[in-house]
Amino acid sequence: MSRNDPAIRVEALTKYYGQLRAVDGISFEVQRGEFFGLLGPNGAGKTTTVRILTGVIRADGGRAFILGHEAGSLPAKQAAGVVPEVANPYLDLSGWNNLMLMAELYGVPRRVAQERATQLLEQVGLLERKDDLTRRYSKGMKQRLLLCLALISEPEVLFLDEPTSGLDVQSARLIKNLLRQLNREGKTIFLTTHNLEEANQLCDRVAIIDRGKLVAMDAPEKLRLAIRHHHSIEVSFEDRVSTENLAELPGVDRVEQMGDKYRLYTSEPGEVVVALVNYSCCQGCKIISLNTLAPSLEDAFLAFTENKS
Amino acid sequence: MSTVAVQQVRRALALARKDVRIYYAKGPVIIFGILFPIFLFLAFAMGRHLTIEFMIPGLLGMILFFTSTSISPVVAPWEAQSRTLERLMSCPVRLETIILGDILASFGFGLGISLVPLILGLSLGVSVSHPFIFAVALILAAFCFSSLGNVFSIPPTNMPSTVQMVSGAVKLPIIFMSGIFIPLNELPLWGQVLSYFSPLTYFVDLVRASLQGQGHLSSLIDLLALLAFTILFLIVALRFHRRTMPQRL
Repeated sequence: MSRNDPAIRVEALTKYYGQLRAVDGISFEVQRGEFFGLLGPNGAGKTTTVRILTGVIRADGGRAFILGHEAGSLPAKQAAGVVPEVANPYLDLSGWNNLMLMAELYGVPRRVAQERATQLLEQVGLLERKDDLTRRYSKGMKQRLLLCLALISEPEVLFLDEPTSGLDVQSARLIKNLLRQLNREGKTIFLTTHNLEEANQLCDRVAIIDRGKLVAMDAPEKLRLAIRHHHSIEVSFEDRVSTENLAELPGVDRVEQMGDKYRLYTSEPGEVVVALVNYSCCQGCKIISLNTLAPSLEDAFLAFTENKS
Repeated sequence: MSTVAVQQVRRALALARKDVRIYYAKGPVIIFGILFPIFLFLAFAMGRHLTIEFMIPGLLGMILFFTSTSISPVVAPWEAQSRTLERLMSCPVRLETIILGDILASFGFGLGISLVPLILGLSLGVSVSHPFIFAVALILAAFCFSSLGNVFSIPPTNMPSTVQMVSGAVKLPIIFMSGIFIPLNELPLWGQVLSYFSPLTYFVDLVRASLQGQGHLSSLIDLLALLAFTILFLIVALRFHRRTMPQRL
């Protein structure tokens, strides 16, 4: 291992489940201290990728390295903390005993482990419940404990698989704030999510995976710029209008009706605004609201995943 | 021993303590571990005018065998079902460490429970004429039976009931062919030949030699046979778990 090794290096990683190629020759690097997001729809290969990187399963092809150590090796596992997709602390152990067990499995001295555990539990608001069996924890509490379990060994690289999925707003916010803080302190964070807003808020760089292949990888803002022609205009009229008529306006690529509003997709937003105003005057239907929308990360995500379909 | 090996043994002990805390240190597990072999034994021994010196080795053998193979077969399916196995696989522990941890927990539990028939025997006036052989036999047999219990968990099913069924189908015949209820020298030739395929035979024979002063086979043969079975079960467990463990995840 050298200090120049990236935190994570993935080369042509491939994994089959029977005939299905769940991960299809993906390659990427995550630099030290980077907050990296792997985005994709359900079944795209995100969890399989994380499970290979964290040594839970073996790849069928390609290689992956964590801080220069082969993924799955003891040094690679020692350097990583993992928050898996499904909450899996030992339900018949207390939160505290779960933490002490993890500390022992990572070789953290007892006294250091006790100090860290107290600090971590306090940070996530679980210190008062530390002696309760984790089967009595709510989903949000379990997820916060999982984050503590991943951090007890002070790993350099943190893997999180959908860490805020299905959580209440308070727990999700607490976890996101903690992740930001950890990243500021220099930890490399590898996050998988299908929550685009979360990736947008947290990640320095995101990769979009679809059907096992990487279809795009860049900073969230740059991905949005890459589809800058995917502008849209949201308009609502006093009376109902025909979507066919709107679709025939100059510059309009596509129209979607969304409740009492219409969303017009275009690469020429200015031209379409003028056309809408003219249409409103000619047809005598008053415009109630009109907004131009820049492409969101969600639009980028849909554009990249749909292009490959 | 290298630093990594020492670390892994320490982590195996941590896993064993976890197993004891979660799976073994439960009232019903302990009570069932003692009562089931006692009642099974009494069902066969009552009315046969057996001496206490003959009964205690059989009872000790059954209790050690049942307790050491009771929980270890189902730990892997339970952990796979609750997804804690996935957590262990992402920790810096080798597969061998996880297996050793499971075996050590079963080993400790078996040894602890076997004190019950031992204390019972001593309080009924049974004396141990060869304590060293007795101690070595007990430790070796507890490790051997715990390794066998781990072999039962090789099939990559996450259904504990399936594993229990498989282990039950093997354990019960072993009980009947190991000289517990009928002394080996009273078995027909085919029965004696079959009994040599059971590790329990050698343990019961060793305990009889320790308590009564004489066994059917020499103690050295008994010890070597137990050691050979232990090595065989460990090799099978390590080799096949490596193959089947990924199918659980």
